[in-house]
Amino acid sequence: MNWKEYRTGVRQGLPVGMGYYSVSFGFGAMAVTMGVRAWEAALISAANMTSAGQFAGLTLIAAGAALWEMVLTQLVINSRYALMSMALSQRMGERIGFWPRLFVAFFNTDEIFALAMARKEPLTTPYFLGLAVLPFLGWTLGTLCGGVLGSVLPEFLGAALGVMLYGMFIAIVVPAARGERTILLAVALALACSCLFAWTPGLKEVSSGLAIVACTVIAAAVCAWRFPIQEEEEAAV
Amino acid sequence: MIYLYILTMALTTYLIRVLPLTIFRKPIKSRFIRSFLHYVPYCCLTAMTFPSILSSAGSVLSGGAALVVAVILAYRGKGLMVVALSSSAAVLVTQGLMSLIG
Repeated sequence: MNWKEYRTGVRQGLPVGMGYYSVSFGFGAMAVTMGVRAWEAALISAANMTSAGQFAGLTLIAAGAALWEMVLTQLVINSRYALMSMALSQRMGERIGFWPRLFVAFFNTDEIFALAMARKEPLTTPYFLGLAVLPFLGWTLGTLCGGVLGSVLPEFLGAALGVMLYGMFIAIVVPAARGERTILLAVALALACSCLFAWTPGLKEVSSGLAIVACTVIAAAVCAWRFPIQEEEEAAV
Repeated sequence: MIYLYILTMALTTYLIRVLPLTIFRKPIKSRFIRSFLHYVPYCCLTAMTFPSILSSAGSVLSGGAALVVAVILAYRGKGLMVVALSSSAAVLVTQGLMSLIG
């Protein structure tokens, strides 16, 4: 076990764990108001490690929906993870074998994916172990505390903590877009698509999970077609 | 019954994540697909952040403040933690100011 790699992972996972705690606190509080017990909500968080997917799942549980509806909803909302796993798989290379991948897959959340992809050094299994620990604890414990304590956290504080995750995304995208013009164009295109899906009549009926997938596929495909990467760029990716 | 829901949910989500990670292990030859995957993270993170960030912090104004602060600091090369905490602080400050005025 390479502890240096593990510690690097833990350090990078700290802000994610904090952000997760606050977001999942809200999830736990909401679950209890919908008739789910606090520890059941924590179980949902520990078993799923998704945000939008869990919120949608909670709604279905409360409504007593059919199991196939649950499957379909999760497929649509979480389909972006298939793209992320594919990108991450290529990024991992052949250093990381089959069994560690079964583990990494479970923790491939938006934020963990973003951090792993942004890392300059090669990815290793101990790094992923470290990276996953605090986000997992934050997400599960936050849900439990939210369920037990309900709305003790003042609303304004919850809102402030909630934007931390977005802040992290921005901290990853902006420097990359600044450094590479083609990434800037990809980002601009994804931004335009995302606005269309959010504000255009008709398109805004599309679920947010599907909209994210559509924006990602459209923007990445157009840029891959117009600006294919050069060989030397790939070495750095 | 709730455990059946949780199991279904968890299994579906895990399969979505694990299949691509275990099936596409060999380096992909196609230049198009490699380029596509190169752009995926940035496009995906962007689509998730905007415009959702505007409605994530109680008011469009505080969400917008978080966005502007985060973009400026990230452009200046600040680290993850600094950017994330500053955007949080921007929400607190904006909401504080708004409650003073309104």
